[in-house]
Amino acid sequence: MPGEDGNPARWQDELYDLLRRHNVIQFAYVPDAGHRILIDRSLADPGAQSVALTTEEEGVALLAGADLGGARGVLLMQSSGTGNCINMLSLIKGGHFPFLTLVSMRGDFGEGNPWQYPMGQAVEPVLSAMGVICLRIEHPEEVVPTVSAALTMVFQGGNAVAVLLTQKLLGAKAF
Amino acid sequence: MANDYPQGVDMAAAIAAGFILDRRDAVPKLIGRHEDFLFVTGLAGTARDIAALTHDGAHIYTMAGAMGGACMIGLGLALARPDKRVLVATGDGELLMNIGALATIAVLNPANLAILVVDNGHYGETGYQKSHTSLGVDLEKIAAGSGIKRTRTLAGEADLAEGSRMLREGNGTAFVVLKVKPDDPPPYKRNLDPASCRVRFRGALLGAG
Repeated sequence: MPGEDGNPARWQDELYDLLRRHNVIQFAYVPDAGHRILIDRSLADPGAQSVALTTEEEGVALLAGADLGGARGVLLMQSSGTGNCINMLSLIKGGHFPFLTLVSMRGDFGEGNPWQYPMGQAVEPVLSAMGVICLRIEHPEEVVPTVSAALTMVFQGGNAVAVLLTQKLLGAKAF
Repeated sequence: MANDYPQGVDMAAAIAAGFILDRRDAVPKLIGRHEDFLFVTGLAGTARDIAALTHDGAHIYTMAGAMGGACMIGLGLALARPDKRVLVATGDGELLMNIGALATIAVLNPANLAILVVDNGHYGETGYQKSHTSLGVDLEKIAAGSGIKRTRTLAGEADLAEGSRMLREGNGTAFVVLKVKPDDPPPYKRNLDPASCRVRFRGALLGAG
């Protein structure tokens, strides 16, 4: 999936390094093309724990457990997966757990698949309703500063934050 | 005793189907020294079982919502703390709500994680409606089919000693189903505030801050 600058690998590698510098260890994911490099790097990293989920809500609970044990993690998912997380976010909101998720957007800028619109367009209102702060990224140069801000908001500020990697950033999948 | 059973429960049928043990007796026997574990529990029944056993200790995190999360909270905790034994105690209904978690856990297979399903075949908290395990679903087979190699169903007193060993040792995740009568858990009132329980748990495990 090419970004606007035609080089998605660079910001994705920088993003992985940034997460690891901030002691993010548990990488939970449902596979998605937008997160391919993060997933592959976590699988190849002996210092990381890569957790393949069957559904995204598992990752919400996983990260609460990681926090109980003093570890940091991130949930990597596609916009459609946010809908699978909603009631489990009761745990995050009610328990004041720190929570970081990176969401690769579909049903967004230039989307050609009509099935992706209902959940894609509902991501922000639904996450906001459950107390998750949403930060959108549209340009590659915003990735590192935005995720740096999110890491501070989550692990120092004690918040739940979703960073939305938009289709302006990722490019729309061709159909 | 017959008249003391929860309303609507067909106890004779449950016992005939193998739901025989008394959870108030069997759960403490199976777990033994509770201080040896960090606990994550499901809602309602198992939360009360473990809160009563530990006097709502700082080494337990009990749920009262977010149904389906217990096993995965346990996995996150077990991965974060390989030096500790993590015991997830949950019910058949709570496990069934997110049964795919068994596949996720089996792939990683952490040796310090054990899952205890206190299976009464019913949704006790909502009026003892039958759950799928009263209607032919076998949780141990699902766990084994998911790839968890150490599985066992405990149906009688004689099985408890082996079950205890499985929860405490082994080279991979253990999955133990404890079949119990559809009867009420201990009437223990625990802390229901998920945020204060988080602070309590982390404070005890990680120290201040």
